Amino acid sequence: MIVQILRRVVTMALTLLVISALVFFIIKLPPGDYLTNRIMELRASGEAGSVAKAELLIRQYGLDRPVWQQYLMWIGLMPGPVGFSGLLQGDWGWSFEYDKPVADVVGDALWLTLLINLTAVVFVHVVAIPAAIYSATHRHTFGDAVVTLLGYVGLAVPGFLLALILLFYANRWFGLSIGGLYDSALTNQPWDWTKIRSLLAHLVVPTLVIGLGGTAAMIRRMRANLLDELAKPYTVTARAKGLPPMRALLKYPFRMSLNPFVADIGNLLPHLVSGSVLVSLVLSLPTVGPLLLEALRSQDQFMAGFILMFVAGLTLVGMLISDLILVWLDPRIRMGAR
Amino acid sequence: MSSLLSIRDLAVAFRTETGPFEALHGLSLDVMRGRTLALVGESGSGKSVTAQAIMGILPKSAAITRGQILFRDGPAETDIARLDTEGAAMRAIRGQRIAMIFQEPMTCLSPLHTVGDQIGEALRIHTGADRKEADARTQEALARVGFPDPKRALKTYPFELSGGLRQRAMIAMALILKPALLVADEPTTALDVTTQAQILALLARLQDETGMAILLITHDLGVVANIAHDVAVLYRGRLVEAGPRDTVMRAPGHAYLRALLHAVPRFDMAPGERLTPIRPARAEIPPVQPQAKPAGPLLRVEGVSKSYTLRSGRFWQKPRIVQAVSDVSLSLAAGETLGLVGESGSGKTTVSKMVMRALEPDSGRILFDDGRGPRDVHGLSGDALFAYRRTVQFVFQDPYASLDPRMTVRQILSEPMEIHGVPAAERRARCRELMAMVGLEASGLGRYPHAFSGGQRQRIGIARALAPRPRLLVLDEPVSALDVSVQAQILNLLKDLQAALGLSYLIVSHNLAVIDYMADTISVMCRGRIVEEAPRAALFRRPVHPYTRALLAAVPDPSLDHPLDFAAITGDQNDPTRWAAPYRLGPDEAGAMRAIEPGHRVRFSAAQDAEAA
Repeated sequence: MIVQILRRVVTMALTLLVISALVFFIIKLPPGDYLTNRIMELRASGEAGSVAKAELLIRQYGLDRPVWQQYLMWIGLMPGPVGFSGLLQGDWGWSFEYDKPVADVVGDALWLTLLINLTAVVFVHVVAIPAAIYSATHRHTFGDAVVTLLGYVGLAVPGFLLALILLFYANRWFGLSIGGLYDSALTNQPWDWTKIRSLLAHLVVPTLVIGLGGTAAMIRRMRANLLDELAKPYTVTARAKGLPPMRALLKYPFRMSLNPFVADIGNLLPHLVSGSVLVSLVLSLPTVGPLLLEALRSQDQFMAGFILMFVAGLTLVGMLISDLILVWLDPRIRMGAR
Repeated sequence: MSSLLSIRDLAVAFRTETGPFEALHGLSLDVMRGRTLALVGESGSGKSVTAQAIMGILPKSAAITRGQILFRDGPAETDIARLDTEGAAMRAIRGQRIAMIFQEPMTCLSPLHTVGDQIGEALRIHTGADRKEADARTQEALARVGFPDPKRALKTYPFELSGGLRQRAMIAMALILKPALLVADEPTTALDVTTQAQILALLARLQDETGMAILLITHDLGVVANIAHDVAVLYRGRLVEAGPRDTVMRAPGHAYLRALLHAVPRFDMAPGERLTPIRPARAEIPPVQPQAKPAGPLLRVEGVSKSYTLRSGRFWQKPRIVQAVSDVSLSLAAGETLGLVGESGSGKTTVSKMVMRALEPDSGRILFDDGRGPRDVHGLSGDALFAYRRTVQFVFQDPYASLDPRMTVRQILSEPMEIHGVPAAERRARCRELMAMVGLEASGLGRYPHAFSGGQRQRIGIARALAPRPRLLVLDEPVSALDVSVQAQILNLLKDLQAALGLSYLIVSHNLAVIDYMADTISVMCRGRIVEEAPRAALFRRPVHPYTRALLAAVPDPSLDHPLDFAAITGDQNDPTRWAAPYRLGPDEAGAMRAIEPGHRVRFSAAQDAEAA
């Protein structure tokens, strides 16, 4: 088992390497980069001092060297002008647009992104699982129809639209400004109790908005899976044994219906990150989504590269976690049976 | 002798889209203490509904509309029909006083939980036993039903067990609380004959030990003749005959039971005798122009072997290599039927797949001769392979899973012809012809498979196989998924088609009576090898090899004069090292086939050959 995990980790590292190459070369594909474009602008306006600084940055990050060397320096496999300093060494590069190290720009956004999305994932499961169980066990009843209808509405309403509506009415009815993740007055304050309370209050709407589509989809799929499993003979066996209905349901069909969802964890995280860009923009959430969009547009290469690598890493870790849970959950996978 | 369970005027109705449908119309019967009542009938007769009503596990769309189910356990009398099916009173009876075992032991056990957990669960919920106590009692129960290593079995998962052991685990689960009544719904239908005989013997033994009553639901009159004390025959939701076994079976009063007795293949059938289907079906087979006949056999399998590599669950172990088929040779003449018989895992399906060229043999050749001389099937490519694909068609075991529910019958029948380039106009005519050939109305062409019964679907499956005008049909258990009432129809249809179209059949089955009815020559396979082969008339009349004899001895016969000898069924019949000399083989010994009379060849140990020489 431990050997298998180690083997997986090695494959993951290799995968990340391949992804990093793809990410880097795709970002470099369009002609020019942020700095050369900027230098041209500066030359045109005749700001010699700024040009000198930009040229310094070009040399420092080796942007005057061939692309493959730039790549190796970026991931930290080749010494740059200041020695080994790349992703592997924990140096995420320089954001030219913000004129700050990427780490400083991304900083809080990184873990706030994780926070929002994990909250959304928890919300999805906490709401969807009981709703799906109710819906499946009360098939073709009024309650099932209501859950189904709400599910379809949730699927059909675009997240950003819901965000706009909520923004508008929250302000109109309660006089609340729910944009951002904490009160704008607290932006540069250190993290204390007031700021955390403000954060929790501001989390409610983004969680709802980001999680809604996923919840609706999960209710539909879980209901269908459960209905399949409820018709299986082992469910009848459990009843014939005299198990109380809810206990029988949770122990047998429910557990069987979990597999596809566990297998999905790997996809869930990156999907939530990229899927919530619009919502983040509308609600002006300080997450990495809008940063990524901006970085890609202005060819801010280290910034874009780092965020893409972050999402890729998240995916791989998610897949590892889901595989480990599957192995733990399902003896057929554990023992390599058919 | 008093009655433990009395059903009085029981009616069960299903809600359907076309209004209520009554599945049971006032059924009355009694299950006596300590005795086995066999409930016999075809599918749709209401026998499973009766069992579900007793257990309180009817589907949601069904309800008891009148009548009583009186359960006399101890001094009190409970009317199960009045109890809330999910209430505490019913749950206390269910699983504790009345337990049930089902047909398919694989799907009835959860694949995610250990056998020990699932068996001990009944104990934990009904007696509040803790896990340790439950484990101890489960271990006892597993030992009682014949698990070789009960302690290890606690921690095994169902998919690690053979079909027979799974059903033993189900029985252990049902009997762990020593119920007064065991409801067994087709408990041996999915099992090999030898396993079936062992399970029947086990049920009889456990009944002697515990004094429980058994309600045995079955369509197999051979099973009835061997373990039932009383028989009740259901037909379309009504009891048509009931009484002690000997009275009912020796002088069946009702036409339906008489018909049922004649609808299943038996070993004592006269040569050329046809089965009499309960509901005859008419097929119209048009005359065909004769095809070029090969000089030799149509199909020759020469020394074919195939092994599989199993990935082991633990990384430090080497992958296991399983020899599925070793050095198998067969020969099938044009217009004849070759039967391949053996228990599950004997390699018979692997052989049929290699003939289909769905699997590549490791060594050996498969020669097919369509009149232009024998050609190695596995050397074919391009157009020759395409033509071969048309010539050999497959009929599947499960008529439910083998037809695409989203295609109409016309699409199903046309597809093989489209693939082989039959023009559209000809396809349309051929579809109607095919339907007539298998005894179905042409009006069914526009409908979807779900509109047809199991037997009708199997006819569609056969029609699809016939569509590209093949020479050879590979039939993999063609009737074992079908109800007993339609098996005779399908078998007769296959015989008629063969006579009219000059088809050759390779039929694979674990049902010896079916093979005996259909085949001209029979090969018996055990552990990937052929152990005996002979013309039909010789094989089951004068079986020589101990494995063939063991298989035959395990077939329950509907006639009361040939009871199964449960004591003789040991379960080691497929272990070559335990066969009697001169057939006994060493651990890795192949032995050799020798003719004992013309056409009748048996595998002997090489040591025996040396002695004889």
